[in-house]
Amino acid sequence: MKEKNMARVLSQQEIAPRICDLWLETTMAAQALPGQFIGVYPENAATLLPRPISICEVNAEKTALRIVYRIAGQGTAEFSGLKKGDPVDILGVLGNGFPLEAGRGKRCFLIGGGIGIPPILQLAKTLEAEKSIILGYRDSHLFLAEELAKYGKVYAATEDGSRGTRGNVLDAIGENALEADVIYACGPMPMLRAVKRYAAQRGIRAYISLEEHMACGVGACLGCVVKTRDVDPHSHVHNARICTDGPVFDAEEVDI
Amino acid sequence: MNTQVNIAGVTLKNPVMTGSGTFGSGMEYSEFVDLSRLGAVVTKGVANVPWPGNPTPRVAEVYGGMLNAIGLQNPGIDVFLERDIPFLKQYDTRIIVNVCGKTEEDYLEVVEKLGEEPAVALLEINVSCPNVKEGAIAFGQKADALYRITEQIRKKARQPIIMKLSPNVTDITEMARAAEAAGADALSLINTLTGMKIDIHRRRFALANKTGGMSGPAIKPVAVRMVYQASHAVKIPVIGMGGIATAEDAIEFILAGATAVSIGAMNFVDPYTTVKVIQGIEDYMNLYHVENLTDLIGAVE
Repeated sequence: MKEKNMARVLSQQEIAPRICDLWLETTMAAQALPGQFIGVYPENAATLLPRPISICEVNAEKTALRIVYRIAGQGTAEFSGLKKGDPVDILGVLGNGFPLEAGRGKRCFLIGGGIGIPPILQLAKTLEAEKSIILGYRDSHLFLAEELAKYGKVYAATEDGSRGTRGNVLDAIGENALEADVIYACGPMPMLRAVKRYAAQRGIRAYISLEEHMACGVGACLGCVVKTRDVDPHSHVHNARICTDGPVFDAEEVDI
Repeated sequence: MNTQVNIAGVTLKNPVMTGSGTFGSGMEYSEFVDLSRLGAVVTKGVANVPWPGNPTPRVAEVYGGMLNAIGLQNPGIDVFLERDIPFLKQYDTRIIVNVCGKTEEDYLEVVEKLGEEPAVALLEINVSCPNVKEGAIAFGQKADALYRITEQIRKKARQPIIMKLSPNVTDITEMARAAEAAGADALSLINTLTGMKIDIHRRRFALANKTGGMSGPAIKPVAVRMVYQASHAVKIPVIGMGGIATAEDAIEFILAGATAVSIGAMNFVDPYTTVKVIQGIEDYMNLYHVENLTDLIGAVE
């Protein structure tokens, strides 16, 4: 059941330059699945639309939900000023999560790139599998890497070579001679395209989480579509809605 | 208290409906809103065949509103009749179907098929979408073209037709009069205002289509002005829309001359907007002891 309601800020801190870690007290935590997202509303009425932000973690009691986001514009800049006890309107829970059954008991890559890393945390906590967690960063600020290491072996790649493998996530996979049966990935489009190619060459199933500019977040406006291989059963054209049919897709089924 | 209004012989339980393209076919928002509370559901535009729409990005936020260039993606009339109409029939609300096309024949094919479906109360004809290259807006920006398409559709349609007008014209009253003279049963306005946004950091257009239609609270004063002008230029009812966020906004449109109102982009911002507006209109009527909502139509002095 989707709803819009008010959450309360439990805590917020900046965990890397312009990367904020926000815990919200909300009833939505009880139903949130790894890979789903919420819409977060700025208070400033000039910025109307909810900001789609992936769910990073849910606490054990399922009363609180964590998002980790990058300050990218006016809306997220406003969120970065939220303090403990502040109210904030949210819409959720949105989208479908990562398919956990597909990877259960298998060798899995959990790949996160940049601000695509946060949803990998709840996935790593939930997925019962042999997990290699491969993370791509710009520089030495390896946010969330330590927490992720509790749930699997972490391999980092940095663009500037300051930590881990110099290069991207696929360079880290190569350097460490890693292998997998199933891939889960979230990150920038060039990374997802590379993951899709990598999986196709090896005949591995890959589930990738996409993002796009959104308005409604609930499948009505048709703003956030992705091209699909087959005719989509809802739209009857080669377009699926990222917000409601995704954001996680089988990489083979989308044309990115 | 009586909140009923009448559009071309069709009674609506209240004057609040949804803006085409902002509410899907009702299904997506039925999780948030009891559709039976609404005066009418106006569906996303439907064409004779499925349309893929435009490339992404299709939406961008602007100050107090948004731009969209969806390009009227839709599954086509056959799927629509099989899937969406049966869904909407479960609710006690009026069904208004928005019709789009690239050619006159496209429109007529859809209108003819909808004529077979008695659950559809009214047709809204989209001759004002700024985001598709052929047809659509071409029919809505010249009075003679608008007259011709309206006349053709009026001949074929079994239901009353609402012509949805574009605000991207020099004189809205000329367009309103042309539609009325050609037999339109009602008018709805405004469709979106053509706009543009540029991402200065990437030095690119915010939308793949470069231009898009602007909607949201920022356009409301323009819309109120046009509804006032159009409703005073014609005798047929006018449905007002453009940036309605609250009951106060809706009442402004009704006082300006609108018989009914549509909630558009604000559905995206607050999925409960429609029912909040309905409640707020009732509160206003109680506060000012208004017995019939129709007493408010065009009542600005």
